Amino acid sequence: MFDLDKWQEILATIRKNKLRTFLTAFSVMWGVFMLVLLLGVSTGLQNGVVHSFSDNAINSIWVYSGKTSMAYKGLKPGRQIQFKTEDFENVRDAVDGIEYATARYMVWSAEVAYGDEYSTYPLRAVNPDHQFLENSLIKKGRFLNPTDLLENRKVAVIGKEIVDDLFPDVNPLGEYLRVYGIPFKVVGVFEDTGNSRAQRYIYIPLSSGQNVFGAGDDIQQFMVTTGQLPLPETMRMTAQIEDMLRRKHTIHPDDESAISVSNNNEEFQEVANILTGIEVFVWIIGAFTIIAGIVGVSNIMSIVVKERTKEIGVRKALGATPASVVFLILQESIFITSVAGYIGLVLGVFTLEGVSNLIGEVEMFRNPEVDFNVALITLVVMIIAGALAGLFPSLRAASIKPVIALKDE
Amino acid sequence: MITLKNVNKSYTVGNRPLPVLKGIDLDIKDGEMVSIMGSSGSGKSTLLNILGILDSYDSGEYLLDGKLIKDLSETKSAKYRSEMIGFIFQSFNLISFKNAVENVALPLYYKGIKRRKRNELARQYLDKVGLLDWADHMPSELSGGQKQRVAIARALITSPKVILADEPTGALDSSTSYAVMDLLKKVNSEGMTVVIVTHENDIAEKTDRLIKLKDGVIESHNYLVHV
Repeated sequence: MFDLDKWQEILATIRKNKLRTFLTAFSVMWGVFMLVLLLGVSTGLQNGVVHSFSDNAINSIWVYSGKTSMAYKGLKPGRQIQFKTEDFENVRDAVDGIEYATARYMVWSAEVAYGDEYSTYPLRAVNPDHQFLENSLIKKGRFLNPTDLLENRKVAVIGKEIVDDLFPDVNPLGEYLRVYGIPFKVVGVFEDTGNSRAQRYIYIPLSSGQNVFGAGDDIQQFMVTTGQLPLPETMRMTAQIEDMLRRKHTIHPDDESAISVSNNNEEFQEVANILTGIEVFVWIIGAFTIIAGIVGVSNIMSIVVKERTKEIGVRKALGATPASVVFLILQESIFITSVAGYIGLVLGVFTLEGVSNLIGEVEMFRNPEVDFNVALITLVVMIIAGALAGLFPSLRAASIKPVIALKDE
Repeated sequence: MITLKNVNKSYTVGNRPLPVLKGIDLDIKDGEMVSIMGSSGSGKSTLLNILGILDSYDSGEYLLDGKLIKDLSETKSAKYRSEMIGFIFQSFNLISFKNAVENVALPLYYKGIKRRKRNELARQYLDKVGLLDWADHMPSELSGGQKQRVAIARALITSPKVILADEPTGALDSSTSYAVMDLLKKVNSEGMTVVIVTHENDIAEKTDRLIKLKDGVIESHNYLVHV
């Protein structure tokens, strides 16, 4: 219950000891400020890492081929493994749990022209699901669809930067790009969540690409996503894919260089573990900083009680009950810690905002912030901490004998 | 009003008990003004502590206004002090960061009386001790005599059964001392029981009865006749 008299008592004592109250409050404020700052930085780190992963689907498995390094079943080492469309299709059909799947045939710098403008861009011949693996956001038109693939249509989806280069004043949709002289109709424009290089790709249907470049059934790599499946399940899928391909291409089971099946789930998990570690570390440091602040408050409250021994004795002689004395000290302690804690919190949040604006978005660090729940928890902790800090001093105050009042100083 | 029957109290010094009060029998009637004298070590401070429910005693009985004061909890003693006793101290013991009105009103705060009524009553009592004009002054702005008059107003405000004054003039010069004693006598003449501990003869002589303590026993009762 709000009791004006009690507050007046407390404000009067605080006014009387401005410097001491300020120093006490400062230690608590500093503790909360540091905690908020550290938590914000840790969140920034987390946001940065999650963002850097968001270029590609986190739940994806990537399959590449290489050269064999071990002799196996009469075959010599050093043999180049070449995936075919069939490999991709077999995996897609046989492995349970696949959500999206795409093969990829890639040309690093394809000669592309529109009107009189020539340039070279990286080109990828892919399946329609590719959109989800690279997190391509369609800005205009559409991405590739299954019919494009089935009918070997000469259609292309181009990145934002290509639009800027070749179609500065024209709506690219419906226009024809010439890839090595072969016209492809632009059906869509995308933006990629990755870096600027990722905005320069041209996507065409896998089958059309294989035809244009005379690649037959060759593909260079393929990827699948695993939906919401838990980590162990995705690891089983990885193992199954690897096993299928080793059998098919007659690769020694221990040959690490012939094919590589890398599970993004696993890598993300590792990074996530590190991030969790950092967060725990930050909380521990923050907790100790706050504990140091609280010990400070407790210490000061003890001195307060000691200094006010005579006054408390007089109050008791005048009829103050032990409970009212305990409350007097406790309330002062809680008041100081929560106000100081709140100020620390606000300062911390403002500093984070400032830092965030100052450094902008850098690799691995973005949007440092403290969420509302954490702020709320911190405040509740401060109130409890204030009570703890004031507890022993206030009990000592309650045990002061009123006889003190009669003693001469 | 106050009845002590064979009250004993000893402190433990080292391992040995040191008796301070050895069988005190005392009767103070309603409306009496009594002084207690004694050299240091005579037990007069201990006696005052017991009378003020600030300290316990080992054996015997202490009746205050018919209530047995013995083995009380801290909260209960606080309640009795608040209801029945008004203290006046040698060093005034005003709270330095409260002004005169707030100091006088403090005992009522612990009786749970609303602020407005408290301060109104405090001004009445300040008026009674002649300090209404100083009501909003801080203790540091008051003279010794004024401080003690504020303290007397504070002791009176709860309408206690008895006023206990511990060397009330000990920190004052003689003319101020007499003014304070006159005020206490006026309070007594209105029916309040007053007990004063002092070592000054001229102060003790202003009371109705002088009790002399020596080595923990009452040496003499002298009813004083004022001419």
